[in-house]
Amino acid sequence: MSDMLKVSSNPHVRSNVTTNAIMLAVVIALLPAAGFGIYNFGLHALFLMIITIVSCVLTELIYEKALKKEVTIGDFSAVVTGLLLAMNLPPMAPLWIGVVGGVFAILVVKMLFGGLGQNFMNPALGGRCFLLISFTSIMTNFDCDAYTGATPLAQLKAGTTPDILKMIIGNTSGTIGETSMIAIVIGACFLILLGVIDLKIPGTYIVTFVLFISIFGGHGFDPAFISAHLAGGGLMLGAFFMATDYVTRPITKKGQYVFGALLGILTGVFRIFGPSAEGVSYAIIIGNLLVPLIEKFTLPKAFGKGGEHV
Amino acid sequence: MNEAGERLYNGLIKENPTFVLMLGMCPTLAVTTSAINGLGMGLTTMVVLALSNVMISLLRNIIPDKVRIPAFIVVIASFVTMVELLLEGFIPFLYDALGIYIPLIVVNCIILGRAEAFASKNPVLPSLFDGIGMGLGFSFALTCIGAVRELIGAGTLFGAHIMPASYVPCTIFIMAPGAFFVLATLTALQNKFKAIGEKKGKDMSKVGSGCSEDCMNCGQSGCSSRKFYDEDGSDGPVGKVEPKKKSVKKSEEKAEKVEEKAEKVEEKAEAAEAKAEAAEEKAETAEEKVDVAESAEQNETEGKEE
Repeated sequence: MSDMLKVSSNPHVRSNVTTNAIMLAVVIALLPAAGFGIYNFGLHALFLMIITIVSCVLTELIYEKALKKEVTIGDFSAVVTGLLLAMNLPPMAPLWIGVVGGVFAILVVKMLFGGLGQNFMNPALGGRCFLLISFTSIMTNFDCDAYTGATPLAQLKAGTTPDILKMIIGNTSGTIGETSMIAIVIGACFLILLGVIDLKIPGTYIVTFVLFISIFGGHGFDPAFISAHLAGGGLMLGAFFMATDYVTRPITKKGQYVFGALLGILTGVFRIFGPSAEGVSYAIIIGNLLVPLIEKFTLPKAFGKGGEHV
Repeated sequence: MNEAGERLYNGLIKENPTFVLMLGMCPTLAVTTSAINGLGMGLTTMVVLALSNVMISLLRNIIPDKVRIPAFIVVIASFVTMVELLLEGFIPFLYDALGIYIPLIVVNCIILGRAEAFASKNPVLPSLFDGIGMGLGFSFALTCIGAVRELIGAGTLFGAHIMPASYVPCTIFIMAPGAFFVLATLTALQNKFKAIGEKKGKDMSKVGSGCSEDCMNCGQSGCSSRKFYDEDGSDGPVGKVEPKKKSVKKSEEKAEKVEEKAEKVEEKAEAAEAKAEAAEEKAETAEEKVDVAESAEQNETEGKEE
């Protein structure tokens, strides 16, 4: 210890963990689910992933070159966005869908609001919702060579119970990256062990969702029904990889619990009462929009402020 | 007629109600799902705007200031009702497409804004052309937005297929979010052109400044193009508002007379003051004399003592 009194502005606590490393960790964590998607749906899924990632990275590069800004494609955040977006596409979607979605996600949702750290909603989900509203028939057509017929969630909506074991392994129809619960959980465990994400948001999300489904699902606390809802659709992918996005989640601890609970309720409302079978992406986007409000009300009081006045 | 042209240019380009003033956003965003809807809404608004501007300009000296807004609304609503019935009778497809947004023209802020800012203070002819210019600007903007949305969102333009058959329409553009995307992009482009114009040294300061040419009510006293419109419709830089009404003249004459009287009184007062001063001076000299006399007396007594 030196005797010098060091005076500096914040941040006072620094870490060696860079954006770069975190994003790379997320990419690695997504690989099991992505790999299973390729195994499950065929090479077209791989092409779709590649073209979506390339269009995301190129959009960021061109935007920054055109506006003479610092080029930030090296932080892998565009790769994460592209990969997540591709994993949210139906397996037989035409390749241009990936390009349009990638350009929208990066250009409109991320770069126009100031780039990484400034975007108000998850770019991948923004891109997916843009595609979902624009090209509804393409985005909800999950027929492919391997599977035809309704997705597990659509079956649940129709009143039949799908095969849960298949859903957990992932041998069902759905978007490229959402089908295999095991692969997603493996990736999530990797991230949790690395300390990149914690269980605050995903845990609250899933618990609230289970409670909501038990009360309003119409089946009571039926383990088969509930686990089908948990394993089906994008809930696992959304809870572990998209709701935990550093930029668009609340930074306060209490706020993260509120955020998770909000997502659980919204997803339940969309799935049970909404017209479509799935609602994770809309729930997370609406949650993202409410983050500033949540943070405002859960801001911890500084030491010495507030409390009772004697 | 030069002024009429200036009003039209002002409404179309310089103060385009949609891209520059950002007025009337509700119909702008809601009805521009196709080019024909945008054009229809724009022209309907233009008719109402021109007619209500003329009527309000004619009534501007009768409407009491305190109830002017309700009076404007009554005038506007009457015209909107007429136009609505005419549309329903003669162009039913447009009437169905625009729906609730036709009656809502009553509360369109462009119309009320021009009534308040221009028509209620200016003669009939400039008001008419102001209404037509603003209406054309609105129609132009709505048609542009509608055309872009229709082209991307449905692949057609004025109902005719433009895009190749393999084009998959991007439906979001004919839904509500698309309106925001297109409006934002077009406004950004307009700002870009403005920036380019400024680089070339053109005076673009009034473009986008939101100047309504309403110098009477404008707070920017340092404005170089500050001017007032006279009663006869001629414009030009005038130092101050010259009152033309007889009653005003009379009162001014009275005021001048009063001033003259006041001046006279002042003069008298000054004269009195001068006299008073003279008196004071006299008094002072008298005092001095007394002093001198006293000192002389003292000297005398001192001398006697010696």
